[in-house]
Amino acid sequence: MFDDEVSGPDDIAAALRAHRYLPDDGLATAVFLALRLNRPLLLEGEPGVGKTEVANVLAEWIGGPLLRLQCYEGIDVGQAVYEWDYARQLLHLRTAEATGRAGTDGDRALEDELYDERFLVRRPLLQAIAHNDGPPPVLLIDEVDRADDEFEAFLLEILSDYSVTVPEIGTFRAARPPVVVVTSNRTRDVHDALKRRCLYHWVEHPDADREVEIIRLRAPEVSERLARQVAGAAVSMRSLGLYKPPGVSETIDWARALTLMGDDDLVPAQVEATLGTLLKYREDIERVIEHDLSSMVRSLAGG
Amino acid sequence: MGERAIVGFVDALRRAGLPVSLVSSRLYAEAMAAVDVANPDQAYWAGRATLIQRPEDLDLFNSIYLAYWGSAAVRGMAEAEAEAESLTLAIDDPDSDTGDDGAEPDPDDDLISLRYSSVEVLGSKDFAAYNADELAESRRLMEQIRLSGPTRRSRRRKPRPHRRSGARGPIDVRRTVRAALRTGGEPVVPVRTRPRERPRRLVLLLDVSGSMEPYARALIRFAHAAVIGRARVEAFALGTRLTRVTRELSSRDPDRALDAAGLAVTDWSGGTRLGAGIRAFNDEWGCRGMARGAVVVVLSDGWDRGEPDELAEQMQRLHRVAHRVVWVNPLKASPGYEPLARGMAAALPHVDAFVEGHSLDSLEALATLLLDDTGMLMGEASFADAGGPR
Repeated sequence: MFDDEVSGPDDIAAALRAHRYLPDDGLATAVFLALRLNRPLLLEGEPGVGKTEVANVLAEWIGGPLLRLQCYEGIDVGQAVYEWDYARQLLHLRTAEATGRAGTDGDRALEDELYDERFLVRRPLLQAIAHNDGPPPVLLIDEVDRADDEFEAFLLEILSDYSVTVPEIGTFRAARPPVVVVTSNRTRDVHDALKRRCLYHWVEHPDADREVEIIRLRAPEVSERLARQVAGAAVSMRSLGLYKPPGVSETIDWARALTLMGDDDLVPAQVEATLGTLLKYREDIERVIEHDLSSMVRSLAGG
Repeated sequence: MGERAIVGFVDALRRAGLPVSLVSSRLYAEAMAAVDVANPDQAYWAGRATLIQRPEDLDLFNSIYLAYWGSAAVRGMAEAEAEAESLTLAIDDPDSDTGDDGAEPDPDDDLISLRYSSVEVLGSKDFAAYNADELAESRRLMEQIRLSGPTRRSRRRKPRPHRRSGARGPIDVRRTVRAALRTGGEPVVPVRTRPRERPRRLVLLLDVSGSMEPYARALIRFAHAAVIGRARVEAFALGTRLTRVTRELSSRDPDRALDAAGLAVTDWSGGTRLGAGIRAFNDEWGCRGMARGAVVVVLSDGWDRGEPDELAEQMQRLHRVAHRVVWVNPLKASPGYEPLARGMAAALPHVDAFVEGHSLDSLEALATLLLDDTGMLMGEASFADAGGPR
């Protein structure tokens, strides 16, 4: 079992690293505690710092399926937990009617048939709870801040006792609780009760050295030299006060793009041509170019 | 690590004003049992992962942590502090604006320098002292604003009333199948749904700088009333830095809420850098989602110490994501007022409605404006008829 070989945060860091993710001390400790104490892990931070990736990597390492629930306003039980397969239910009803059973058997028996498990469509939350064999699944509840209060209250209930009740069938209970990762971009505050259930970690942008490592790990085709320059440029751009400072995934894309263009050094012309992979606002691109791009490139290339 | 030390630390946090729930403290004890407490990093992160849930609380947590557990060198802490610092807005050199060397020969300069207090006033004033008339009036106002607010269509749907002629909208399959049971599997009456209405989020940005002092008292009441009356209200104080006061204002007791907001806003009666404040709002909250589709009310006199270009740029950004931007300026009521203050002139092109806010009557008018604002009226009352820039 994956957690037998884990005795502390360092083992978590090593395991995630083996699956090409570089956590800092804080994240490794939070993940360790989440696994050990069977609690959901709530990750908040700027967009693009790799919150979602944590769940992907955990699933790879643990070996269970990754069940992803993307939140949005208005998400309801039908999309998050379960739904009945209405088309098949209707078909079943019509068949019953055609064979003349509808009138004779009485509505009661027919209704029982209609709400049989074979007509149940399982959505991510129920899948995570009803999963019984093999390594536990990793349940990713992505961007929970986009959902509304109604959904949060509901989520809290499920995460408290890891069980789901379908009135027509009964209660599903997790034999082994799933590993739950909840992410939020903090467009609004997640309810306190939900936060208290979870272990909390605020994910920071990595420092330049760690970012170089991440780029090298994720995009092995990028040379060490270029990775260092790209990471240096990203760090200095984050201090320019841009609308949308580049996240880690964008710097990886950028390093890839520059490598594809055949460069081993930051060259102003190529940088301008590929800046769109890194910055997503026209104003930001203008600001970076205005901010004496060439001198920044020169100093990084020289170093 | 004894149980005692753990309980003592939680206690120290609580005494310092960090709300640590019982659930969290129990989780912390479990976490400390799970990690290697001899390793300072692990012990520190175990506390951070369980005891705080907001990055704002980090500074306080770190200082109490250091004071309580001693100077155990913790790697994570230095980063955390650097991060918190970058959120604090820079304060100008006290002499730069008031100096007589006149870097900018602006005719308003004298007036501006009178109105600015250039240093950040850190002592929080007790602004809970309200006279009786005003109190009564503001209570009346509270009842008004509590009613409702602009709505928008929600993604959630609700069933349409039965058999309404010409009913359209997506079919509610679940209910239709249920109904079909009664008719032998024939879905005779399709049940349809229609979108629910949700109140739009209301975001209040309150200028609490020195030049706003006489009005800020009334306006913070207004913010309190708004927070109490509706669930979807966010309130921020704009001073030398941006402070979120939603939580402080959400207590049901107005006086306690005022006291609490007084604690949260460290720069009550300091100077204003509107552009930087709105920028901080856009970066940290607004453009990420809080201001999207919301009605944003800025309460300020438009006296800005910062660069007007920055204010214009940030107002434009805010305007692009918000459903509507309302600027409340108490000075607008003065006879012959023209929005010449640099900041005001820069902001006006990006404002949908420009209203006065000098008296309780005018605040009441604002409450009514927000009430009527169903999303259809929005485009009409522009700054043009309200004395915009010429």
